Amino acid sequence: MQPYLTLVRRELTGYFNSFLGYVIIASFQLLLGLSFVLLLKSADGQPLDMPVTEKFFMTGFFWLILLLGAPVITMRTFALEKFSGTFETLMTTPVSDLQVVLAKFTGSLLFYLLAWLPTLAYPYLLRYNSINLPPIDPGTIVSTFLGIFLFGAFYLAMGCFASSLTRAQVVAAMITFALGLGLFLLSFLSIIVPATPGWQSKLYAHISMVEHMRDFTRGMVDTRFVVFYLSLTLIFLFLTLKVVESRRWK
Amino acid sequence: MNPTPVIEVENLTKRYPGRTAIHGLTFSVGKGEIVGLLGPNGAGKSTTMRILSCYLPATSGTARVAGHDVFTESEEVRRRIGYLPESNPLHLDMRVREYLKFRARLKGLSIGRSRDRVDRVLEQCGLTDVSRKVIGQLSKGFRQRVGLADALVHEPDLIILDEPTIGLDPHQIRSVRQLIKDLGKLHTILISTHILPEVEMTCSRVLILHEGRIVAADTTAKLVDSLSTGDQVIAEIAAPLEQLRHAWEHAPEVEHFDIAPCDGDYFRCALTPRPGVDLRPQIFTLAKDNNWRLRELTHGRHSLEEIFVHLTRKDREENL
Ligand SMILES: Nc1ncnc2c1ncn2[C@@H]1O[C@H](COP(=O)(O)OP(=O)(O)OP(=O)(O)O)[C@@H](O)[C@H]1O
Ligand SMILES: [Mg+2]
Repeated sequence: MQPYLTLVRRELTGYFNSFLGYVIIASFQLLLGLSFVLLLKSADGQPLDMPVTEKFFMTGFFWLILLLGAPVITMRTFALEKFSGTFETLMTTPVSDLQVVLAKFTGSLLFYLLAWLPTLAYPYLLRYNSINLPPIDPGTIVSTFLGIFLFGAFYLAMGCFASSLTRAQVVAAMITFALGLGLFLLSFLSIIVPATPGWQSKLYAHISMVEHMRDFTRGMVDTRFVVFYLSLTLIFLFLTLKVVESRRWK
Repeated sequence: MNPTPVIEVENLTKRYPGRTAIHGLTFSVGKGEIVGLLGPNGAGKSTTMRILSCYLPATSGTARVAGHDVFTESEEVRRRIGYLPESNPLHLDMRVREYLKFRARLKGLSIGRSRDRVDRVLEQCGLTDVSRKVIGQLSKGFRQRVGLADALVHEPDLIILDEPTIGLDPHQIRSVRQLIKDLGKLHTILISTHILPEVEMTCSRVLILHEGRIVAADTTAKLVDSLSTGDQVIAEIAAPLEQLRHAWEHAPEVEHFDIAPCDGDYFRCALTPRPGVDLRPQIFTLAKDNNWRLRELTHGRHSLEEIFVHLTRKDREENL
C-alpha cells in the first residue's frame, strides 16, 4: 500500500510541477466557463424544459473536454517515464506492476476530478444569478458527477493503456484521441442509421455514450451502465498491466 | 569464502533481436566484495546489470541475488539491491531531498527512517548544500551524486553501479571513488566501468568482459601478476655502453636485458630478473661502485590497461 500511495502522490506532484498541468486545468476552466455562460444565456428569461445539468451537457463541451482532456492528461503516465528513463529506476524498486498501473491511473483520475471540482460552485452561482430557475435537485448533481467520474475513468484508463504502448507522448495522445473519438462517434449510429425493428437499432441505442451521459444528467442512474463503464475501465487497466508485464516476458 | 554468495550467475545468456549481448556468463560475487565489471563499449556490462536488477529478463541461464532468483523472486531481489543505471535517469522536476524521500518511501522505508536515511545519504554524497534545489537545475556531477544517493538510501545488500563516475570532474571522481571504497566496507558492490585506474583503485576483483564473454576474472593484483613477465626493472643510466653490457651479462640474477640509447649519454636498460628477485638495490649499488649516473629506477609492471588491451584485442583478432 505504501508504494502505491507514494506513487500516486508523485503522479500528482508531476502534474503540478509541469507547465502542462496548469494548461490542462486552465483549458478545463475555460471550456466549462464557456458552457456555463452559454447555459445562462439560453436560460435567460424563459423557463427551462429540462434539468439544468442536462442543459449544461447539451452544449457539448463535456465531450470536447473528455475527448481532448483524457489524451493530454494520460499521455505522460508511462510514455514520459520510458522516454526519460525513469521507468528503469521505477521498475527496479520493490513495487509490483499492478501497483504502478493503479497508481498511474489513480493519479490521472484524481487530477481529472480536481479539474472538475470548480463546477461544484456552478449551482450556487446559478442560484444567485437567476431568480426564475427552478431549484436544482441535489440528486441530479450527484448522478451527473457519477457520469463525469465513470466516463472519465474509462477514457483515462484507455489513455494509460495507450501511453504504456509507446515512449512518445504525442503518439500516446493520438492513440487515445482516436480510440476515444471512435467510441464517441458510435453514439451517432442510432441517429444516422434509420431505426428498424431489428436488433441493430437496439444495439446502437445501447452503445450510445451520448444517451448514457444524458441519462446521468437527468438524474437517472442505470446500474447496467455503471457496471458497463466500470468494466470497460477495468479491461483497459488489465490490458495496461499486461503491457507493463510484457517487458518481463522472455 | 562465504557460503551464500551475494550474486550467483550461471550460464546467463541474453539475446536481443538480431544480436546476442551476453553468452553464457558464469560468475559469483561474495559478501563484502567490490567487483569491477570491465569491458569495452558494447561488451554487455549494462545488459548484465539490467538482468541482475530485474529490469530485463535473461534469455536463458539463472541469476540469483542473495539466494533469490531474479526472475521468479523479482520483488525479493529488488528489495535487496540499489541500482544506478548508466543514464542516471531522475525526475528533473523534483527537489533533491523530495526526490530521495520519494525513492526511500517507494522502497518501503518508514517515514521516520526515510528521513534519517535521506539525511545520511545527503551528507555521504555531499548533497546537503543543494538538498532544496530542483534536480533539473543541478550540474551533471551533482545529478550523478543524487543517483548514487538513491542507490544507497535503503541500505541494500548489493549496490549495482553502472559507470558511476561518468561526467564527473577529477575532484568529484576522487570523492566518489573514496565513497565507493567506504561503502565497500559494509556493502557488496558491483561496478561497471571502462576507466581502468578506477578498477585498480576501488575494486578487489575484476571481471573483464568482452563481446559478452568473460575473458579474465581474478583479483586485480593477480591479474597484473599473471600477465607481467616477472618484475621487470627499468633503469636510466649514463655510462659507457660496454660497461653496462658487461655488468648485466655477468649479473647472475639478470635473466634477460635490453639496452636502448636515450637522450644525452643515457641508456635505458630494461632488466628482467629471475622470478621473485628485486633488482633495484643491486643496480643502485652497481651504479654507486662504478660511478655511473643513475637518474631513473622503476618497476616496469604491466598495468591493467595493458592487460585489458591485450585480452580484448587478442579476442578481436580471433573473431576476425
Ligand atoms: N535494447 C536493445 N536492443 C538491441 N540490442 C541491444 C539493446 N541494448 C543493448 N543492445 C546490444 O547489446 C550489446 C551490449 O550492450 P550493453 O549496453 O550491455 O554494452 P555495455 O558493455 O554496457 O557498453 P557501454 O560501455 O557502451 O555502456 C551491444 O552490442 C548493444 O548494441
Ligand atoms: Mg553500458
